[in-house]
Amino acid sequence: MKAGAYMPLILLAIIVALFAVPLVQGRDPAIIPSAMIGKPLPDFVLPPALPGGAPLESAKLRQADRPYLVNFFASWCLTCRAEQAVLAAYARESGVLVYGIDYKDTRKDVSRWLDAYGNPFAAVGFDDTGRVAIDWGVYGVPETFVVDSRGIIRYKHVGPLREEDITRLVRPVLEKLK
Amino acid sequence: MKFILLAFLFLSSPAFAVQPDEMLADPGLEARARGLSRQLRCLVCQGEDIDESNAGLAGDIRKLVRERIAVGDTDGEVLDFVQQRYGDYVLMRPPLRTATLLLWGAPLLVLGAGVAIGVIYLRRLRREES
Repeated sequence: MKAGAYMPLILLAIIVALFAVPLVQGRDPAIIPSAMIGKPLPDFVLPPALPGGAPLESAKLRQADRPYLVNFFASWCLTCRAEQAVLAAYARESGVLVYGIDYKDTRKDVSRWLDAYGNPFAAVGFDDTGRVAIDWGVYGVPETFVVDSRGIIRYKHVGPLREEDITRLVRPVLEKLK
Repeated sequence: MKFILLAFLFLSSPAFAVQPDEMLADPGLEARARGLSRQLRCLVCQGEDIDESNAGLAGDIRKLVRERIAVGDTDGEVLDFVQQRYGDYVLMRPPLRTATLLLWGAPLLVLGAGVAIGVIYLRRLRREES
């Protein structure tokens, strides 16, 4: 009879723990883990987003001899704006190449946007239908992938990259790949 | 008056997210596409399947499903195609594997706990009566 008296308290403790653990871990349940990690980058050929730019294709990316980033963005994406400055600073300081894939955009908008917010990209592909983004498992912009020198996708960040995301998440992955 | 209102209620058809220009000409293939769309989760809205979602990405994947069907994929191949890119999460019915064991087992666990509590309670009642 005595043990039963503690039952509500024990139940409460279990429920509190169930809610507290995800809160403390700080993982956003809306972020879906990528199924592409550990897989080779998908085949694609994209025309350049900017006049006079080079096309972006998987065959060329596979020739890379060091890891690089692939960033999906769009000129209509508000959170991408702040990210541009972070990406540009990171690309400048680290020398890591960042490739851009412009998602469901118009050429006019994207060239104006890159002029205004900075262009950190080694090349920008133009994915106006979003079909290539589906092959990468992208479900919203911005998303950023780390690809190693063998062309294997090693990490994906969902949402805009902030400086602390680069230090905490992207840089360690790249360090490990060296 | 009531009758007329009721008639409107029953005559109205639900609004579909699927656009007429997305549909396949062959009604059999279109029915397959609709069935598959109901098994795929919309990743933007997360609570809806892509058949009922108005999100842009859901529309893109609906078209992709129809493309795959048109080139002769079986239902299983179409679902695999999407799952390879978006993972288990994209399936409305997650597959049974070690990582999802708790998910599938939870109803049984809860049922078991309920039965156990009931049995203990009834036994105690009987003991107190005697």
